[in-house]
Amino acid sequence: MNRIRRIVVQSAFAAGGVGLLSGAGLLAPRFALAGASRNAFEAGTLEEALKAAIGTTETIETDAISIKVPEIAENGAVVPVTVSATLDDVSAITIFVEHNPKPLISTYTIPEGTEVYVSTRVKMNKTSRLIAVVQSRDRFYSATKSIKVTIGGCGG
Amino acid sequence: MASTIKMRAKLEEAVVVVKALVSHPMETGLRKDSVTGEKIPAHFITEVIVETMERQVLVAHWGVGISKNPYLSFKYRNGRIGETVKLTWIDNKGNTDSLESEVT
Repeated sequence: MNRIRRIVVQSAFAAGGVGLLSGAGLLAPRFALAGASRNAFEAGTLEEALKAAIGTTETIETDAISIKVPEIAENGAVVPVTVSATLDDVSAITIFVEHNPKPLISTYTIPEGTEVYVSTRVKMNKTSRLIAVVQSRDRFYSATKSIKVTIGGCGG
Repeated sequence: MASTIKMRAKLEEAVVVVKALVSHPMETGLRKDSVTGEKIPAHFITEVIVETMERQVLVAHWGVGISKNPYLSFKYRNGRIGETVKLTWIDNKGNTDSLESEVT
């Protein structure tokens, strides 16, 4: 922990980090997310996060997306989440937690040949809805699950 | 140095199931040090890329809402036993690590 505390945050982390790796020939430009999209992770409300991440707050609710989460999370620091969908031509899955300080959790680009399935573990600050948005062609579909959190997991 | 990544890729009924664990603090930047009271700077993985020799099979962009020591699982088609799967991550400080695993 000491080591981590001493490290000073690089202000231009995106430019610095990705630039470094590109220079080493390790990463192609495909690895870098556009600046605007990266900003989505800093958004403080669900609405702002949706706009920044997918460009709209209008999504089509569907049963074709399945979200597997616990109904009650005793430890908000580690909440297992599995998202899958039976939609065709899916290009991305994005996960939001409405009442987190930063609602955008993660986004997954799904290339051709990859199943519409991701499993991860997320932090939840308090009881909240978790929203999964799945992009299929130019449309954004969504599903929602409410999770009751007993002990919040974002620190403060 | 030991890898920060543990990964298993297993062919199950024509689909390769990839399961990975990364050792990383995933600091939100919101927590305070319990002794000094100072904010602990954000330190988290921003991108993860998983590829075979032929193609990318997953690209993930993460924020601070992914739990400490992140777990990731996904599935891809048309894989075969013996092929190499490579996972690479990069964090907001420019640290990076990667690991290659064979599909079993």
